Amino acid sequence: MIENNDFAPENTIISSKNVDVFYGDKQALFDINLNVAENSVTALIGPSGCGKSTLLRCFNRMNDVIPICRVDGSITLGGQDIHAPNVDVVSLRQKVGMVFQKPNPFPKSIYDNIAYGPRIHGMTASKAELDEIVEESLKRAGLWNEVMDRLDKPGTGLSGGQQQRLCIARAIAVKPKVILMDEPCSALDPIATATVEELIDELRERFTIIIVTHSMQQAARVSMHTAFFHLGNLVEHGATSDIFTAPKDERTQNYITGRIG
Amino acid sequence: MTDHIDIISVDGSARHRAQKRFKSYGLLAIGLSLTFLFIMVGSIVLRGSSAFKQSFVQIKIELSADAIDADNIKRVRFGKLLKQSLRNKFPEATSRKDKKQLYKLVSPTAEYSVRKQVEANPTLIGTSAKLWVRTSSDVDMYLKGYVDANLDESKRRLSDLQLEWISLLQRENKIESRFNTKFFTGGDSREPEQAGVLGAVIGSALSLLVCFMLSFPLGVLAAVYLEEFAPKNRLSRIIEVNINNLAAVPSIVFGLLGLAIFLNFFGLPRSTPMVGGMVLALMTLPTIIIASRTSVRAVPSSIREAAMGIGANKVQTTFHHVVPLAMPGMLTGSIIGMAQALGETAPLLMIGMVAFIVDVPQGITDAATALPVQIFLWADSPERGFLEKTSAAIMVLLAFLIVMNLVAIILRRRFEQRW
Ligand SMILES: Nc1ncnc2c1ncn2[C@@H]1O[C@H](COP(=O)(O)OP(=O)(O)OP(=O)(O)O)[C@@H](O)[C@H]1O
Ligand SMILES: [Mg+2]
Repeated sequence: MIENNDFAPENTIISSKNVDVFYGDKQALFDINLNVAENSVTALIGPSGCGKSTLLRCFNRMNDVIPICRVDGSITLGGQDIHAPNVDVVSLRQKVGMVFQKPNPFPKSIYDNIAYGPRIHGMTASKAELDEIVEESLKRAGLWNEVMDRLDKPGTGLSGGQQQRLCIARAIAVKPKVILMDEPCSALDPIATATVEELIDELRERFTIIIVTHSMQQAARVSMHTAFFHLGNLVEHGATSDIFTAPKDERTQNYITGRIG
Repeated sequence: MTDHIDIISVDGSARHRAQKRFKSYGLLAIGLSLTFLFIMVGSIVLRGSSAFKQSFVQIKIELSADAIDADNIKRVRFGKLLKQSLRNKFPEATSRKDKKQLYKLVSPTAEYSVRKQVEANPTLIGTSAKLWVRTSSDVDMYLKGYVDANLDESKRRLSDLQLEWISLLQRENKIESRFNTKFFTGGDSREPEQAGVLGAVIGSALSLLVCFMLSFPLGVLAAVYLEEFAPKNRLSRIIEVNINNLAAVPSIVFGLLGLAIFLNFFGLPRSTPMVGGMVLALMTLPTIIIASRTSVRAVPSSIREAAMGIGANKVQTTFHHVVPLAMPGMLTGSIIGMAQALGETAPLLMIGMVAFIVDVPQGITDAATALPVQIFLWADSPERGFLEKTSAAIMVLLAFLIVMNLVAIILRRRFEQRW
């Protein structure tokens, strides 16, 4: 399968080598070699249960909290092994943020939702600095105009799409390098989805984004690179345009034309 | 043309009837429970409300300056003066037996009341003062209508002569029924007319305070550790099963444990709210742990993921997000546990909180009794006067419970307002 795994963008930020993931005895990912380009959007696609979320959660070691989960192989972030003993998982997760499928704002005020991350990482010295981070993050997430006059209102009182953008703002408030998004639009209506997609487009100038999606159109619209997974294997990885117009593998071809999935 | 679509409910169909029947069963059950509750509370109130009143009698007492040393009031024998006044009032009582009956009209504690009044108002010395003192419990009971005057003299505790005196005093307006403040401000007493619940209320409050201080932090920490940090293995399952079992252990066993460990081994002072609270804490701990675990488990895992996703560590995630969200449930569980502890008698008997204690406890190391124990003690007393006190003390206990539940509701609102 070497032929599918040799896609190496020139500016790799995250790279996995021979990654196998097991849940107990069950192997969920087989020998994944994936290089993710910096400041780009990479889409992970594939049928349900093929291990996209599992791989995504490897990148910020969220799988650590699942006792039965074991990750073999090496994953590097900017050349550093994220499983090295001297790596602090807290700083790793600060550098590699995550946005989940279902919007999950804290049951606190909008302000506190954003401010929580900078606070626990001691990123600001003064209230003014914190205010600035909150404002900047909300502006980047395209939410500032909608919530600027109700920052002290609960984040859970926003609409679904607003909540998801709040979660994105919360993720970028701690100044990550990479943002992992696991089906961020699956709980949103088409208009909210369009807003989030626009947002992703803007964010990729500053952040590396890895997004899991079930929507081919979404992958085609927002991503520059696409990786196709099937039954725990990375089948094909390349420029999005290539994957969608000229897939090399028959399984990819079948999936994007809707014959498997 | 579509076919006719039948959506009209056929009244009286079997499904309909079953539903109606079920609804009436539910209403019946609720109605029955409410009736029982009403009867119970009603009978307690009926029996106990008279305890909030107490009869007083006015006595004209000669406080001659030569009989009373103003600088040494503690040594003055007011009892003698009081008896003298009674004899002056009813000179017809000359035989030993009649005098004895005469003295029994007022409470044996009346002389202390006279002393107190003189102490509070020294200008009375040298005058002949009209002072109000408590009647004896027997007289009080008669005045409250608990004694049938038509009964044969030998079958009641007041003689015909005494009844005559009482009616004379009544005609002269020298007998009055007043609000019984002593009941709320005094400790226990051998004399029903003098007995109060304050000692027991303070004893209960102090015990519950100790109980809460110990069991709430311990219970919450144990629950959080078991839910969030403990590895899910055989050992933690064994611990879980045993905690559930502990919740079902009869409370007297905890009393025995307290007796053996806190009193006999550690030598802590017996009969004190400190030890009482510790025993009650042992008892409430399982309840609090179980309730807290349930509410920790109910916190959606998406919140934990959200916190960890931006780099909060386990401790931050737990204490910034999970515990605050679980707090209302934890508090509810704790208050349920505390309410159980408030009504608990058996373990307190084991550690000696059943002693007869007159003084209101000042701290957790003073000997004290607790409300349910006080109720038990009074219910066990032969005097007629304690009967109404028992019911009244039950009312105080219920009021205590209601206050506790109110506090719980207010606290829960507070925490829930943080969304
Ligand atoms: N916590 C877990 N415990 C055990 N098995 C798991 C766990 N999470 C995932 N798996 C298994 O790992 C495999 C990959 O799951 P994963 O969630 O990564 O799939 P996915 O590609 O994200 O699917 P979907 O598109 O439906 O989200 C599945 O077979 C799943 O059953
Ligand atoms: Mg998934």
